[in-house]
Amino acid sequence: MQRYIVQRVLLMIPTLIGVTVVVFIMVRLIPGDIVSLMAGDFGAVSPEQKQRILEEFGLHENIAVQYARWFSHIIRLDLGTSLLSGRTVTSELAARLPVTLELGLLALATSIAIGVPIGIISAIRQNSLADYAGRSLAIAILAAPNFWIALILIVMAARYFQWGVPPRQYVHLHEDPIGNLKMMFVPAMILGGAASGTLMRYTRTTMLEVLRQDYVRTAWSKGLSERAVVTRHALRNALIPVVTVIGLGLPSLLGGTIIIESIYGIPGMGRYYVAAINQLDFPVIQGINILIASMVVVSNLGVDLLYAVLDPRIQYG
Amino acid sequence: MADSATLAREQLLPESTGRKRSRAFVSFVRHYPLGAFGAFVALLLILMAIMPGTFARQNPDLTMLTERYHGISSEHWMGQDQLGRDQYSRIVYGARTSIMIGFGVVVFTSFMGVLLGSVSGYAGGWFDTMLQRLVDVGIALPGLPFIILVVTSLQLMPLVPRLVLSLSILISLSQSRIIRGVTLALKQEQYVEAARALGAHGSRVIGRHIIPNVLPIVLVSSSTLVGAAVLIESSLSFLGYGVQPPTASWGRQLNDAREFMVRAPHLAVFPGLAIFLTVYAFNMLGDAIRDKIDPRLRGGRR
Repeated sequence: MQRYIVQRVLLMIPTLIGVTVVVFIMVRLIPGDIVSLMAGDFGAVSPEQKQRILEEFGLHENIAVQYARWFSHIIRLDLGTSLLSGRTVTSELAARLPVTLELGLLALATSIAIGVPIGIISAIRQNSLADYAGRSLAIAILAAPNFWIALILIVMAARYFQWGVPPRQYVHLHEDPIGNLKMMFVPAMILGGAASGTLMRYTRTTMLEVLRQDYVRTAWSKGLSERAVVTRHALRNALIPVVTVIGLGLPSLLGGTIIIESIYGIPGMGRYYVAAINQLDFPVIQGINILIASMVVVSNLGVDLLYAVLDPRIQYG
Repeated sequence: MADSATLAREQLLPESTGRKRSRAFVSFVRHYPLGAFGAFVALLLILMAIMPGTFARQNPDLTMLTERYHGISSEHWMGQDQLGRDQYSRIVYGARTSIMIGFGVVVFTSFMGVLLGSVSGYAGGWFDTMLQRLVDVGIALPGLPFIILVVTSLQLMPLVPRLVLSLSILISLSQSRIIRGVTLALKQEQYVEAARALGAHGSRVIGRHIIPNVLPIVLVSSSTLVGAAVLIESSLSFLGYGVQPPTASWGRQLNDAREFMVRAPHLAVFPGLAIFLTVYAFNMLGDAIRDKIDPRLRGGRR
């Protein structure tokens, strides 16, 4: 087990190095640079001035040199300095990541609360009306774009309840917890509801598989109540693969907050990313991609290890 | 006499292929009503993409500033937008972009996925190792943020190939890993071994024996993939990175609607409905194809 963990952690290194290379190359392929973009705002910049500013940002050097310098900072967990604000990317992200994490975790909780029970009911009442309703719901959720749902809800709220159209002034969790949760509730519901479709289908499939196993039949035949069979025998085994899907889903939820954050005016990482792309703030674009990629890699490993803990049959060499 | 003769002919002679096909068609519709519905809508969308003029008589770009935000009417049965353009026509013309990108992504990812996966699995060695590390990178990269980055980087490319490429990079990498796994299993098969023993080159074995056997896997997922691509494209256009005005696009229409939707809700409803129906149709068709083709699921439907 220990050897397996060490091996996996070592394999993370080439993956993350690969991520830095790919992201760096993609960012440098963006036509244009921040100086010309800013020059557009302030009128023309003479070539000498432009050269000086580029040098200040370290953008004048050879790509390989730039990468090497940036990489040597990355391994010291220093993501560089935002070209726009002049503050470190780490501090900029530290202000925004908690907002996105809160949204992501609330959405995750919502998706579990909706997806798992409906999936279970669908499986234990296979081919009943409830099953068809649950399956149709899951299919509909998978096809509905979440930004469309968000727009429809905003229109309905504005027309029928006279609620204001977001964005409103954002309230931070530590300033006013209740006000903050009030704001996050609808976006988290939309995001979580959208993610619950996959979870419903997955829970149903694994649950159906487990319900056909011999030991479940044994449990039935020794006269246990349905409740005992389902919760004690079937559910515990069916949920193991579901945990995987949930664990792998969190990073993708973080990436998926981009749209919801920009619709609801939530000052999280997703909205910051869009701003960074539009303003060619290279270090920020790179930093966010690498941050999420690291989270994906770590949560992949975490899920595999959790799998071994939950299911004693699984042993990693 | 004539009756018994036809009866005998029907019993003895094999059915004509035409009848066989029509019978297969009826049985598909009966067993997979939602899949058949999906196929119907998908076909309709493809026709719309090819000849939008037959579905919508009005010019999608014709502005009528005196009729801005007008709601549903007999002439404009999905209402008019912020420039007075006919929304129904814009949705019909918007199908072209979505369908082109959806199918482009499927063709590109299938090609790259099959090529990379089968060569990687068959050849093994350093090529396999390098490619698999690249696939690891692809799996680690964050989906939507990375796609936005690629779309921005490749700005100088024409829009449709750029969107297809951006959406396809990550998907073809994960697709190639699945194909590689199947290729590794196929490599152990006796007919592959026999072909190699007869002196066939690697390229011939891959082309003649591996690819025909991995192709069904790609085909089974292709319909669902069209739906996924349409959804991502609409998200990109909604965020402003996809299709640029004045070209009609559903995601873009929803983005424009944000400003006016409280006043004119029909602008928010219909483009979203179009995305929903398209993705739903391709997903249902995909589910039915999977049920029908995938031997592991044959027997009881889930």
